[in-house]
Amino acid sequence: MSGDHAMTRPAGPVVSDLDPDAVVAAAAADEPVRTIEVDSHTINFGPQHPAAHGVLRLILEMKGEVVERADPHIGLLHRGTEKLIEYKTYLQALPYMDRLDYVSPMCMEHSFALAVERLLRVEDQVPERARVIRTMFAELTRILNHLLNVTTYALDCGAITPSLWGFEQREHLLEFYEAAGGSHYHVNYFRPGGVAKDIPASLEDRIAGWCRQFPKFLEDLEGLLSGNRIFKQRTVDIGVMTAEQAMEWGFSGPCIRASGVPWDLRKAQPYEIYADLDFDIPVGRHGDCYDRYLIRIWEMRQSLRIVEQCLARLKPGPVKIPDNKITPPKRAEMKRSMESLIHHFKLYTEGYHVPAGATYTVTEAPKGEFGVYMVADGTNRPYRCKIRAPGYAHLQAMEALSKGHMLADAVAIIGSLDIVFGEIDR
Amino acid sequence: MADATDRGAALQALGEAVRMALPHGTVESLEVERGQELVLRIRREGLIESMLLLRDGGQFAFEQCMDICGTDWPEKPERFEVVYNLLSLSLNQRIRVIVSTDAATPIPSVAAIWPTATWYEREAWDMYGIVFAGQTDLRRLLTDYGFEGHPLRKDFPLTGYVEVRYDEERKQVVYEPVKLTQDFRNFDFLSPWEGMTTLPGDEKVHMNRIEAPKPAGEAAKGTAP
Repeated sequence: MSGDHAMTRPAGPVVSDLDPDAVVAAAAADEPVRTIEVDSHTINFGPQHPAAHGVLRLILEMKGEVVERADPHIGLLHRGTEKLIEYKTYLQALPYMDRLDYVSPMCMEHSFALAVERLLRVEDQVPERARVIRTMFAELTRILNHLLNVTTYALDCGAITPSLWGFEQREHLLEFYEAAGGSHYHVNYFRPGGVAKDIPASLEDRIAGWCRQFPKFLEDLEGLLSGNRIFKQRTVDIGVMTAEQAMEWGFSGPCIRASGVPWDLRKAQPYEIYADLDFDIPVGRHGDCYDRYLIRIWEMRQSLRIVEQCLARLKPGPVKIPDNKITPPKRAEMKRSMESLIHHFKLYTEGYHVPAGATYTVTEAPKGEFGVYMVADGTNRPYRCKIRAPGYAHLQAMEALSKGHMLADAVAIIGSLDIVFGEIDR
Repeated sequence: MADATDRGAALQALGEAVRMALPHGTVESLEVERGQELVLRIRREGLIESMLLLRDGGQFAFEQCMDICGTDWPEKPERFEVVYNLLSLSLNQRIRVIVSTDAATPIPSVAAIWPTATWYEREAWDMYGIVFAGQTDLRRLLTDYGFEGHPLRKDFPLTGYVEVRYDEERKQVVYEPVKLTQDFRNFDFLSPWEGMTTLPGDEKVHMNRIEAPKPAGEAAKGTAP
């Protein structure tokens, strides 16, 4: 038993109270045998556990308190989104995207809308105002997402106050959602060809007002966490990912940037108006949980910069492609024009036909590269719509990240990866 | 616009370079879709070799495998396609590699090249029943424990075959055949005017008719049940 123990010595930076060398030495010295319980046992973590961030079932093989193997079981929130989308028109499929990563709904719609625009070959025709609105809301969504992640992450690590403060800020952002799209979460706002409707006149001022107070909040939040001794003990040097590892595990977004890879799709493969905007990409060095947290904090500052630039760029104009074969006509027109009425009817029953082709369209969602691989066959429904969720790749690396760490560190690692099951299980 | 054609040409050149670097016949076809996305179809026997070249070859350097997924084309002789979307961080380029197979023939696993492939291959097995040779962990991933069938196949019904409920008498969750309180309604909204070529007694209309876009009409005929 003692030899077996030496073989499976934890690789991580954990100092167990059960030092394997000591056990071997004790056995060799042939002293009176002390039986110590070193059986590996299995812990079923979740699927209902507040730190699992949803319905994660994690089978942890433990050696004492050290994680030997971690086997995530996912799919408990599988709703068959990809199958359902194959039975819907392109417009009907869009609301399913909101329900993927439900803490950053608009960013999910974004990839889908861009993919359909690409297949329709209208991506160059989207009006400027629609692009600016989409970029602005994508960045507000990023803040929305990071606020939830950072604050609940602090909650996982024992701090309650950040979540109380952060959720107040989130509520403001969700009110902007509601003003624009009519709902707090499932807004269905980004549409192929633009956005569903123009933002109300007062919204720009409200967002600008919110932008003025947000840096102060971020400072307060950082004051609670970044230098916090307990928080740092829980996160620094926990779950370290090197740049090479991060690449081979398919990491993207804040998780790969924390490992020191300066990669951001908004800079590398710009879409919408990101090429014209001025913002920086924060990059970490250590690839541990603390760096992943810091990256998110800094990204919020950059997102705020982008939102302010977008506000300055908002000029009056149309918010969707004028082609009524793709976007619905105005309600007022429908009262007077037979053609508009027919367009409206056809659009919401048959939908538009998308020329045959395939695309893999990606955006930089708050969690990483969110891709939609869409195959169109020329009919009004997608033939195949594969959703590439960033969290899926991140969660898979759970075993590599948590091996040799304590059980409590596994919680810290899950939180730092920003896992949301809506997008992982689809 | 000139920028877009440059990009298409660059992708075409990249594809040609891959074709030249691989043994003759490994690359079945090469296409730059809409001048934006490079698509390579590769014979499955040469998949591992191609993937190693794409990852390690200095001029390709596709360090990341972002996505692997299956697609189902029941009317083709080899009905399944496995689509690999690769990304090069250092050279900032993407490539899509497609191999085809049928339900019985395994595809070599790329999990040894990119460990992230494991879950994607498990998902493709789960959803389509595509077998990956050399994948040691080919368990179901997204569906229920004990699930039968491969739900994303085109011949799998949207409603599935079983439903679960909690049985108060037996004090456990039970599986039963699906009972729909309302028939599954699949509206065929494809316009009859595009699908139908000749209405009875209306033959003369074709003489003055402007041709409708071809693919839509043909596909409409194909999918209408």
